[in-house]
Amino acid sequence: MGPFLETLIGGLMTGMLYSLVALGFVLIFKASGVFNFAQGAMVLFAALAMARFAEWIPTWIGLHNKLLTNMLAFAVAMLVMVAVAWLVERLVLGKLVNQEGITLLMATLGVAYFMDGFGQTAFGSDIYKIDVGMPKDPIFMMESTFQGGILVNQEDLVAAVVAAALVAVLAAFFQYTGTGRALRAVADDHQAAQSIGIPLNRIWVIVWSVAGFVALVAGIIWGSKLGVQFSLGLVALKALPVVILGGLTSVPGAIIGGLIIGVGEKLSEVYIGPAFGGGIEIWFAYVLALVFLLVRPQGLFGEKIIDRV
Amino acid sequence: MNNHRSIGDVVLDVKKISLSFGGVKALTDISFDVREHEVRAIIGPNGAGKSSLLNCINGVYQPQQGTITFRGQTFQHMNSRQVAEMGVARTFQSLALFKGMNVVDNLMSGRNLKMKTNIFQQALRLPAAQREEIAHREFVERIIDFLEIQPYRKTPVGRLPYGLQKRVDLGRALAMEPQVLLLDEPMAGMNVEEKQDMCRFVLDVNDEFGTTIVLIEHDMGVVMDISDRVVVLDYGRKIGDGTPQEVRASPEVITAYLGTAH
Repeated sequence: MGPFLETLIGGLMTGMLYSLVALGFVLIFKASGVFNFAQGAMVLFAALAMARFAEWIPTWIGLHNKLLTNMLAFAVAMLVMVAVAWLVERLVLGKLVNQEGITLLMATLGVAYFMDGFGQTAFGSDIYKIDVGMPKDPIFMMESTFQGGILVNQEDLVAAVVAAALVAVLAAFFQYTGTGRALRAVADDHQAAQSIGIPLNRIWVIVWSVAGFVALVAGIIWGSKLGVQFSLGLVALKALPVVILGGLTSVPGAIIGGLIIGVGEKLSEVYIGPAFGGGIEIWFAYVLALVFLLVRPQGLFGEKIIDRV
Repeated sequence: MNNHRSIGDVVLDVKKISLSFGGVKALTDISFDVREHEVRAIIGPNGAGKSSLLNCINGVYQPQQGTITFRGQTFQHMNSRQVAEMGVARTFQSLALFKGMNVVDNLMSGRNLKMKTNIFQQALRLPAAQREEIAHREFVERIIDFLEIQPYRKTPVGRLPYGLQKRVDLGRALAMEPQVLLLDEPMAGMNVEEKQDMCRFVLDVNDEFGTTIVLIEHDMGVVMDISDRVVVLDYGRKIGDGTPQEVRASPEVITAYLGTAH
């Protein structure tokens, strides 16, 4: 039982991080109907900005307090992400109002490659560290119940709590505020949203900024775990099966989907992996997503699309 | 029929507008005006340019030539949002509702322009934002009562039958408290009963709120019954303009609708 729980908890923690990246996809898709391929690039870009500004700021203004430096770097990185949101709207999406989904997807693909390249030009292409003082030591839990207890990574625990809080706030924002309603309206129908006076451009800047914020948080958490490097952009690929599983339009779906993928890949690796000679963690998520596409194409919580003929 | 409302001055004046898409001329040199509080119909065979004309007024299309004057303000390059801010609302021929949202939320989104609190006030649920939300909700509930869609207020609109969706579309436009309401075939695809209901709502809106109405409609019976004046289009040109009786008697209009005798 002990090893099982340990795997389960490890999976949940990883899953929470997948959820965080998936959340960025869902936010933008909900509010603009755009499948944002650049979400992974945004995570990398935000993490790079955070890591480098935390390095640069002390040399620029001679600040030595680590907490203050991190807070300042966070604020600057957030400003950078808002600027990215504004530029994306100005230069790309704003020109493509009312275009097909596939056109917008291609545009975000372009944005993704641009950000990958530009991010490394601007911030450098080495491996950088983000140190926000997350506790690194693992702790033991439930020692009285099991022999030896369960080993839990504190860092993962903090990350999971942050992710959960972020999700709750965003879900409430979408559901209960006027701006959230406007965001959902834009997602459903650009034309109609404009006709009732919703400013498309502003809505897009808002939602890309929020997605930038989510990317920043995800980037910091992943970055402090694994180091900030090019492969960070690739975690976004793991978020694809998550959104397929959870439904592209559902914030809770992104969370549950992330957890299922996280737990699924860890448990499968441990329990059915040996039958395949191991290494199934890498592709398990995609196979699961494939099965879901066959059975429930709209995902667990996605809006079921009923076409009237 | 609509005795106790008085038709006022010209509120909307369309002057010599022409619109083409590449080599295709959708509208050629069209002029007409709409007076305050009147019900103005635009009719014509399929492809006559009715929706294009409405889209020009709504700012979706920008005509290459001509001007549109709304309450003394002339505009040429305006987008739908700016037009909405001036007090023009519209409904759509093929429904453009927010399908995943329920009826209340669809109507509430129509109040968007009236919301004064900003995103941060809303996100933090400050008292000002709360009060505003409640006030708008009251207004929306009145519209729901008016349109007799109380039982469906929490139903996602995508699940409602077509006739009711059309009503929600009208409701969302009404939530904007428009001065001019543009209706693009509000009765298309409805059965007789639904049409009667819709006619009643349109006339009530016109009567009770004094809203000026411009509508496109195919059903001649409906048009002749409810409109004060009618514009007739054919192949992007205006071929008739006047009261229903005048239009009905016009030889050009009869030709357009019935074809020429050979």
